[in-house]
Amino acid sequence: MAQRAIREYDGKQLFAKHWNEYFDGFHYPFKSVLVTSADELRQKAKEHGFEWLNQEPLVVKPDMLFGKRGKNDLVLFKVNKPGDVTLEDAAKWIEEKQAHDVTLLSGQHGHLTHFIVEPFTPHTQDQEYYIAATTVGEDDVLYMSAEGGMEVEEGWDEKVNEVRIPINMNEADIEKAIRANVPEDIPAENREAFVSFAIQFFKFFRDMHFAYLEINPLVLIGTDAHILDLVARLDDTAGFMMKDKWGDIEFPTAFGMEDQSPEEKAIAEADSKSGASLKLTILNPQGRIWTMVAGGGASVVYADTIADMAGVKDLANYGEYSGGPTTGETEFYAETIFDLMTRYPDPRGKILIIGGAIANFTDVAKTFTGIINALEKWAPKLKENNTKIYVRRGGPNYEKGLQDMKEAAERLGLEIHVYGPETHVTDIVRMALEDEKK
Amino acid sequence: MSRLFTRDTQAIFWNNNKSAIQRMLDYDYVINRETPSVAAIVAPTSSAKFEKFFWGPDEIMIDVFRSTKEAVEAHPNADVLLNFASFRTAYDVTMEAIAIPNQFRVIMVTAEGIPERLARTMNQAARDAGVTVIGPATVGAIAPGAFKIANIGGTIENIIKSKLHRAGSAGLVTRSGGLFNELCNIIALNADGIAEGVAIGGDRFVGSVFIDNMLRMESNPDVKYMILLGEVGGTEEYKVIEAVKSGKITKPVIAWCIGTIAKHFSSGVQFGHAGASANADRETAEAKNRAMAEAGIHVPESFNDLPRVINEVYTKLYNEGVILEIEEPEIRTIPKVRRPKNFICTISDDRGEEATYAGYPISSVATPDTGKTIGDVVSLLWFKKVYPRWAVDFIETVIKTVADHGPAVSGAHNAKVTARAGKSVVESLVTGLLTIGPRFGGAIDGAAKYFKYAHDNDMTPAEFLAYMKKEGIPIPGIGHRIKSLRNPDLRVEGLKKFAAEHFPETPLLDYALTVEQLTTSKKDNLILNVDGTIGILMVDMWRSLGYHEEEIDEFIESGTLNAFFILGRTIGFIGHVLDEKRLAMPMYRHPWDDILYDVHKAEEL
Repeated sequence: MAQRAIREYDGKQLFAKHWNEYFDGFHYPFKSVLVTSADELRQKAKEHGFEWLNQEPLVVKPDMLFGKRGKNDLVLFKVNKPGDVTLEDAAKWIEEKQAHDVTLLSGQHGHLTHFIVEPFTPHTQDQEYYIAATTVGEDDVLYMSAEGGMEVEEGWDEKVNEVRIPINMNEADIEKAIRANVPEDIPAENREAFVSFAIQFFKFFRDMHFAYLEINPLVLIGTDAHILDLVARLDDTAGFMMKDKWGDIEFPTAFGMEDQSPEEKAIAEADSKSGASLKLTILNPQGRIWTMVAGGGASVVYADTIADMAGVKDLANYGEYSGGPTTGETEFYAETIFDLMTRYPDPRGKILIIGGAIANFTDVAKTFTGIINALEKWAPKLKENNTKIYVRRGGPNYEKGLQDMKEAAERLGLEIHVYGPETHVTDIVRMALEDEKK
Repeated sequence: MSRLFTRDTQAIFWNNNKSAIQRMLDYDYVINRETPSVAAIVAPTSSAKFEKFFWGPDEIMIDVFRSTKEAVEAHPNADVLLNFASFRTAYDVTMEAIAIPNQFRVIMVTAEGIPERLARTMNQAARDAGVTVIGPATVGAIAPGAFKIANIGGTIENIIKSKLHRAGSAGLVTRSGGLFNELCNIIALNADGIAEGVAIGGDRFVGSVFIDNMLRMESNPDVKYMILLGEVGGTEEYKVIEAVKSGKITKPVIAWCIGTIAKHFSSGVQFGHAGASANADRETAEAKNRAMAEAGIHVPESFNDLPRVINEVYTKLYNEGVILEIEEPEIRTIPKVRRPKNFICTISDDRGEEATYAGYPISSVATPDTGKTIGDVVSLLWFKKVYPRWAVDFIETVIKTVADHGPAVSGAHNAKVTARAGKSVVESLVTGLLTIGPRFGGAIDGAAKYFKYAHDNDMTPAEFLAYMKKEGIPIPGIGHRIKSLRNPDLRVEGLKKFAAEHFPETPLLDYALTVEQLTTSKKDNLILNVDGTIGILMVDMWRSLGYHEEEIDEFIESGTLNAFFILGRTIGFIGHVLDEKRLAMPMYRHPWDDILYDVHKAEEL
């Protein structure tokens, strides 16, 4: 995955860290804290440098990558009237929101764990702007609007000006293009300031390797720039060269997805330590058809085929192993799947697809040794669950791998159907489902 | 460029990825290529000059360089770069290669996870320079029967099973590398194989996209129909649809987009590659499959149904006579067991009818009627080249000049003492030769090394003297026991005269003479001596023969100059040994009175 979302708080911190270098002529009064509980907020207010938490009216929002927080009623900016939220109001609100799981309008469901707390910024509607940048096709695109706030999405075409900036455009032309496309409804007296901010915003977006960066609204009061709401995604492949500039940045998982199972976490951890690739997502823990597929492309066609032929409900997991994993890594991966797939018995029995295309360089016999080791341990459980196994694979040393698998089937008394490259890659899915009907 | 690769295509392989290179060479051998598809390897941290690889049952050497620039200087015909650098350096390597004018036609980038902004910059720069980039994040491409990149196609057994050893009729483009192999297998089972195939790469920003490759295949007469395997995410397939609709692509196209599963999951699950994520309805696999079918592209019911459609299209084209029966070519087989050779020889060969010196039969250089002399033999066996007459004559002049310098010098003295001890010619000779080194004969090496260094660095004579003083080394090649400007060394005069008449130019000697002017102004006998003159003129000779400065430095470092002294002086030493044999002088014992004894008595016993 290349583009990954970061927290609003971390995004603002990046602005603050590099402000003087990029935003000439503007001041950014960065006041922001990220807390995981009400008590942490109360504690923070006692620290030096955070006196403002006691002195100023506050705004509190969850900071967990999801948008439309206003519409989800998850922004606290008033008790009775806007700008009257005290520290204790904020703390109590956090406690209240953490008491239960929440379900968003989008259907995402989960527990709120991170909140961003900031001073309330009084301003007028005409001081609000919208600015964002991302990459569309091969070009960067800068979006600008004289209207900030969440209504901007309604009436996008009328309100937002777009500037396409090709990757090889020089600095002077970039400045010219932005200047020429600044929304006409920005009053003349604010125009120059906005042009200057927009140009610097784009350079910041570009140099920091953002994939997406949106301030909505941006509030310009004199030379003060207030970033009231921020959405940001970084291109994490640039991480190796941005270590100092990004600092220790976190890439949280999407809201509602953070409850990864221990098995998924274990595979993700093994993946991060290995030169090979190990991926696992559980789609339906009670699903009947489990896959253990080698290769990113092949794993997709198996998932496609199972969803087509058996229906998506039966598909228990998505994942892949590739890039020449060791016997040990493959064994661990296989054991994890065997463990998961023998937890919920199904009257129709279970199907395990050990699939894969014809490998370029992965040694099939070596990876199959890992799978066979795991089968040895889990054979009784797999039999208990009435599991039928279908194998299809090609590549270096595949004859030995397939032969070993056949021998293991006999030795362990497992029902394993073994096929090589002469059989179409996903045809074992059809065979498995047809065998079942017999 | 209607064909991506031909049987003559040669590549520079960036990174010494031995197993991938060996697979390329095995492929070359099997398909009867005449030249290896890898011309050179670039390995920036390697000190090796070449790497050995198997070529069928034999072995060959592939040149290794530290930079792409050096590699292309030596192999200007290599117009493909296989960039196997890591995601950290792949961008720099590509940009450097694009900047070399009119060199690379195709650059393949294998690294996955190059920062997107860098990938875009790189792809744009390539487009501006007219270079086709394959990748990043790819296993590459293949033109069956002509050229194969690295690991694509897998093992040689699989390549033959998948009919990738000779051109078929399909043009194949995929994103995924793993499924590329699978598709080749499917096409071999259901049709007659592929004529050209490219895995464009799994990253979000890749250099050449489906349409770029398919437009080339449209103009490639070997391609009779095309197969496209797309993925969920992105809009690249729509460009192909446009080209089919507008008639830019007229050959039949079969296509399928994988990732239909993604519609069942709103977000959070990444199916497949980094590039595979649908941001809009248009980018889903269903929408693309539907749009392709509507445009008249052959779209199967599912991936499982793809073989049937391929067979259908192929059979129709075959029946129409568009596709002809392919005559299966002869292939060579790779032996199961191969043993790497322990020794390498690049100067002579005794296996044929007649032994050769650098490819020249001995009889063609030995007898007087050949016009060849000992200088020619030295140039063949030492430098693997036929040197021009003036250089050959110079080498002989040097050998003759250094052949002997009387019985008193250390080597001759040693040889004589050993001969008098009753030892054989060879034993006596080597005791003499063993004295040759930094103090005896070494000034030739030293003069070449230091004068060249000073000249390369544009030092004035005064700066050079100051530099040598700082180093604490007397200038090698300067100074004589008795000879001076007024009483010149005639050997030196002879060498200078020869050089003046026959060398194209002598910049280093000219420089050395300005140094001599300065040194002799300090002391009369600080002249350029015979060792210095030889060393310096050798450098001038090599420069005139077109050697690179690094090659000349290497000659100096490896002791080649010293070798001329060894060769010449061997003649003299053998003379002294034979002289002793003839004279039958008794065992030599040095007289006591010629030795200063200063040994303290033991304190106690």
